[in-house]
Formats: sequence, structure tokens, C-alpha cells
Amino acid sequence: MSADGQGRNHWFDDEAGPVVRPYAMTRGRTTSAAQHRLDLIAVVVTEPHADDPEADVTLSPEHVDIVGLCRESPQSVAELAAELDLPVGVVRVLVGDLVDIELVHVNRPVPPAELPDENILRDVINGLRAL
Amino acid sequence: MIFGRSQRGKPPVEPVTLKILVAGGFGVGKTTLVGAVSEIRPLRTEELLTEAGRPVDDVSGVEGKHTTTVAMDFGRITLREDLVLYLFGTPGQERFWFMWDELSEGALGAVVLADTRRLEDCFAAVDYFERRSIPFVVGVNCFEGAARYPAETVRQALDLDADVPLVMCDARDRESVKEVLIGVVQHAMTQAADRRRAVTT
Repeated sequence: MSADGQGRNHWFDDEAGPVVRPYAMTRGRTTSAAQHRLDLIAVVVTEPHADDPEADVTLSPEHVDIVGLCRESPQSVAELAAELDLPVGVVRVLVGDLVDIELVHVNRPVPPAELPDENILRDVINGLRAL
Repeated sequence: MIFGRSQRGKPPVEPVTLKILVAGGFGVGKTTLVGAVSEIRPLRTEELLTEAGRPVDDVSGVEGKHTTTVAMDFGRITLREDLVLYLFGTPGQERFWFMWDELSEGALGAVVLADTRRLEDCFAAVDYFERRSIPFVVGVNCFEGAARYPAETVRQALDLDADVPLVMCDARDRESVKEVLIGVVQHAMTQAADRRRAVTT
């Protein structure tokens, strides 16, 4: 086993399926009390004081991973799920926990049914052209 | 450990995030299209679902039930430090359509990718976006070896409304995909302007 617990060269491969059932990480919870569903592109941002999440013994390694990734740069829910190889539903619950204890906050995308500002759309077009 | 109230110091840049969906039949090139413009190798998110949990998407008691994994490939384009566009390939199988409702919420618009050899594969996607008034552009992926049809013929075969843009594209080609995406945003702007006009008059 690798020292960081994240190593890819495990003795089992992905075909074996997850060793820990995904929702075990949320202690069976599938929803988070405080959060309504987080959009896939909602951005998770760490609070300035969230510099030592390992110190909190109530946090799971996955919680710590999320804080660590988001501290480097804010991450969308979809990116966190892909990066940590966890189902989106699990990430939502874990992010909800972190919001509750104020280690992170979530920057919600434009509310549904409300198109973003025309200026933003123009910026998107210009940005795409400049790619 | 007790944390004080969150103090907003100098926060990192919190980007505005937008999403465009990429829909179409199986094997039509959705992930290829995403990969052609994404700055990251298309990532995959997965969601576990129970058959019983559909369509309310309540996954309680998920363990031990018939769980299904729905995979969504997505890519990212950072347009500016504070403006990020995500592209989501929608799950192809029709039985996962309830997932689209979540994906399409707040989406800027969509690309329906079509293959002229299997045009019927994208009927359902066209129908879906039409019903929900989500702005979409049909991109006809010009596969090598597939017969080329005039845009008007494809348009008729799809029974598209006159205002829905239809473009020929190559899902592997970055410039081509950029044009398709710009088309989606332009169409979204037009549709929003039309709607505003309809409200005010």
C-alpha cells in the first residue's frame, strides 16, 4: 500500500469494484440536511481558516481530500467526483457536511430558468473565439 | 475542533460556471466532441442509482439493491479566470433520461449531435430540448464514409423548427466544435431576447 493511501498500484484492480461501498463513506446518508441538491457545476470554495482539516478527527479522509483539492483551486462538484472517483451523490453529502461546519462554501451557478446576463454570454462567445 | 464564524478574507477567484449539454445517440461522437475543445481529458462522473429509486432519484437503501451506474463524461474550458464553461455528454441510454432533468437545469443550451446514418438516434434528444424550450443546435457529425446530405434534407428529416440552427461539423476538429458551441450561445441569446420581447409586448 502506498504511503499516501491514494496510490494507484493496489493489488486489486478496478474490476473488483469498490472495496468500500460508496455510501459507507457517508455513513449511509444519501442526502444532506442543510443542502438542497448541489448542481454538478456548483463550485466548492474553501474558507480561509480551512488550512488544517486533518486536525478535525470527525472528518473522514474523503472530507479532508475535498478540502485539500478545493484549497488548491475552487472545484466544481463534478470535478471533485471525477478526481476522487466517488459517485456524485456521495460528494454532495460530503460537501454538505463541510458546509455545515463552515470549512467550505458553495458558489451556486446561475439559477435555473434564468439565463445568465447577456454580457456574460457575449464574454463566452468571445472566449470561445479566442481559444 | 470549533471553528469560528467564517471570515471572508481575501478569497480565491470564484468563477462563474456555465454548462452546455452534448446529447445524441450512442457512438455519435459526444465524448470526442467534448475532448476536442476541453482543456482537460474528458473526466467521468458516476452516479449510483437504484432501479426502485427512479425517477425520484432517492438512493436511500441503495446497497444491495439493483444499482446502476450512470456515467457522464465532461470537459472544461476556462474562458477567463472567472468564467468557466463545462461540457457534459448526456448519458445515451434512454432509460437514464431522468438524469437529463438534473443536467439540463440551468444549462445554457445544448448540442444535439447527429449521424446521418442513424438519424433516428437523436429524435428523442431533439424532442426533449424542444419540449423544455432549452436552446439547442443540431450538429451533423460528418463521419468519413457516410453519405453527405444537404442541410435542408437533414432538417426536414428531423422535422426541426425553422429557428433551430443546424450545422455540419467534425466532432474531432477543435475549430469546428468551437463554431458549434458559439452557435449554441448565439442561439441562446436570440431565444432569450425573443422571450423578453414576448413578455414585454
